[in-house]
Amino acid sequence: MKRRLLLLLLPVGFLGLALFFYHGLSLDPSQRDSALMAREFPAFEATTLRDEAQQVDQSLLKGEVTLVNVWGEWCPACKQEMPQLLELADHDIRMIGVNYRDTREKGLEFLSEFGDPFETNIFDPEGALGFDLGVYGAPETFLVDADGVIRYHHKGYVSPEDVRERILPEVEKWR
Amino acid sequence: MFIKLIPEIGHFALIIALLMAMVQAVMPLAGAATRRPLWMAYGQPMAAGQFLFIAIAYACLTASYMLDDFSVANVANNSNSLLPWYYKFSAVWGNHEGSVLLWSLMLAGWGFAASLFTGNLPRDMVARVMGVMGMVCVGFLLFILITSNPFERLLPDMPQDGADLNPLLQDFGLVVHPPMLYMGYVGFSVVFAFAIAALMGGRLDAAWTRWARPWTNLAWAFLTVGIALGSWWAYYELGWGGWWFWDPVENASLLPWLTGTALVHSLAVTEKRGSFKSWTVLLAISTFSLSLMGTFLVRSGVLTSVHAFANDPARGFFILMLLAITVTLSLLVFALRAPRVSHKVGFNWLSRDALLLVNNIFLVIMTVTVLLGTVYPLILDSLGLGKISVGPPYFNALFVPLTVVMCIFMGLGSVTRWKSMAARDLLRKLWLAGVAALVLGVLMPLLYRGEWNLFVSLGIVSALWIVLPMVRDVFDKTRHASSFVAGVRKLSLSYWGMVLGHIGVAVTIVGVAVVSNYNIERNVRMSPGTTVDVAGYQFSMRELTERRGPNFLADTSIIEVQRGDSGSRFIMRPEKRLYLATGMPMTQVALRPGLFRDLYVAMGEDLGDGSWAMRVQYKPFVRWLWLGALLMASGGLLAVLDKRYRRAAVHSSASSMKSNSDTPREATA
Repeated sequence: MKRRLLLLLLPVGFLGLALFFYHGLSLDPSQRDSALMAREFPAFEATTLRDEAQQVDQSLLKGEVTLVNVWGEWCPACKQEMPQLLELADHDIRMIGVNYRDTREKGLEFLSEFGDPFETNIFDPEGALGFDLGVYGAPETFLVDADGVIRYHHKGYVSPEDVRERILPEVEKWR
Repeated sequence: MFIKLIPEIGHFALIIALLMAMVQAVMPLAGAATRRPLWMAYGQPMAAGQFLFIAIAYACLTASYMLDDFSVANVANNSNSLLPWYYKFSAVWGNHEGSVLLWSLMLAGWGFAASLFTGNLPRDMVARVMGVMGMVCVGFLLFILITSNPFERLLPDMPQDGADLNPLLQDFGLVVHPPMLYMGYVGFSVVFAFAIAALMGGRLDAAWTRWARPWTNLAWAFLTVGIALGSWWAYYELGWGGWWFWDPVENASLLPWLTGTALVHSLAVTEKRGSFKSWTVLLAISTFSLSLMGTFLVRSGVLTSVHAFANDPARGFFILMLLAITVTLSLLVFALRAPRVSHKVGFNWLSRDALLLVNNIFLVIMTVTVLLGTVYPLILDSLGLGKISVGPPYFNALFVPLTVVMCIFMGLGSVTRWKSMAARDLLRKLWLAGVAALVLGVLMPLLYRGEWNLFVSLGIVSALWIVLPMVRDVFDKTRHASSFVAGVRKLSLSYWGMVLGHIGVAVTIVGVAVVSNYNIERNVRMSPGTTVDVAGYQFSMRELTERRGPNFLADTSIIEVQRGDSGSRFIMRPEKRLYLATGMPMTQVALRPGLFRDLYVAMGEDLGDGSWAMRVQYKPFVRWLWLGALLMASGGLLAVLDKRYRRAAVHSSASSMKSNSDTPREATA
């Protein structure tokens, strides 16, 4: 009899695991997306793309919901997603760019050619901020809430559908 | 007009298959319970019909892809008119709905095959096996029809063109990796069905294991190849040269492989010696359950992974229910019907029986280790204790030592006799191999690289310790034959399968140890004219060009490689592609494969000023990883081909009848 009871622990134990799985289903997948999710935007000190003398740091990202887009002139997908970023800026969303592993000259050329949806561009020629953000490549887009906490992370090209179905709803959610 | 109806025909065929599966799930089991031969006989024809109709549905979906029918949502989301035809063909299983359909097709295929080769199995046993297979099929067909219909239409607003197949999946590796993997996963359903049928019928003797062994070996061989293909694909496609990431989905395929390996060995003990009966049944249940759990983890998006399919909570919920019902019911049946008193079959601690038990224990510990590492983040998250990810350090720290210790027992186990063996005999057989393994293992890294490395030595010692005693054993076994060839012929295919499988493990271990420790990687900035020296090879960039593929634009570097000053020259062409429909950039690695080393060049990013960040790697022995897996799988196949299983058809049904009447049926009493 004892052995049977012991064996009955098997299905019971499995059901316990299944409960965790069940709970896992209801967790928000976007929250598991990045190691930085729900953390503060990493601290940084940098100059802006347009002005070598202007210093900016993480306080730049506080006070308002902001989209941070990591881009570079060398990245073809960044060129393709500019129309979508301009559209987002038209929705009165504050946009900050991170000019990633680029030169000032090329970065400014890019903005004059493809448009500039950004309020400010953080100049990150060595990729130091990109590294802290865990960026794999460009483009990547982060949503930072008014407290400077990362709430959403989009890897790669932002398509028009992504704007409608993911980014705008996320912005609404955190506003 | 017929062509326009193809998706509906497919959908309809699936519904018919479901109805047949339902009949197959109910009638044979009811027949076995009430002793009605006619009901029991429903199983085999239903299995055939169900396979036929799922095949029709599958053909219809493939036709929709080939004909670019973008009114079918599945096609519109995963294909594109520019996609080459072979990727249209494989795109069918490059998405959730299509892959579940492929999975079901294979499940029905295994069921059909099992129904053909029942030979002289007792009629009620066949009926129960068919019934269990039918139930599993009902579950998956319901899953498709309710949550994942691949034939859903986008009407009347059908798109002009499709969204394209994920560029990562446009590759030969992906054409073959999932089908192999699924064949393995699904193949374990046969041994699962046998185990449950044996429990239900109270026929927990050694006979069912003889029937189940070839099926298990075959499924295991498929799974082995499937995992190896996945690793190979990740290696050349993802662009950073890794071959195993301990990603949750990789782990999900490794778990049933580990228990499946344990099962292959424990089935051997049960068949030959009649011991470990309950344990074997439990392993059969666990292996298939872990296959199902893998499916759940991949499809539900519960764990973050590079493989994640589109996440849909409804699907996750359905599969979780399927998993919970299957596993709980089978474990319940096991708890209630496993023999109360195991039939004691004595064996000495120095015997193959005991060593295989140790092997099983180690494999189970490894399974639990990987399972814990995989679900731990999820459990912590559920309990609100924070989000963590368990990375390679955890897995490597536990998996590597466990493997080394297991190798020690593997070397002993393959040459030990059943039941008992005198320590002196064993020592006589092994001492030379042991000394040789130690000496060669310690010396080889020095000879190869000139610097000693503990892990490489450990790997080589383990590998030699597996291989050398077996070599000696083969000589011992063939010594008394008139000639070596005659001796080799006398040994059974199962024996050669075991030898080949174990050599495969050794080869993989050497590959892992060497490439993990002697890999050379250089990240360099290159522009036309730059030369980089890596491991004695000079990589010179000749030029940068652009080219247009069928559905992408690519920057290509032409790299000329020369070994030393005098060696032959050859050209490598890594690419950075931009896929037009999805806008996704992709790295196309240039590889120069070799048995003892791979050269690996990948383009990173354009640094402006005409230069690129390039990753150049020298990967010694990396091919051995997959070569070993192929050897293991061939070993499994050889064992399947053993004559014994064909002769056994007549032989064992007699013995199973006999043992049935001899042994009291504790379980059913």
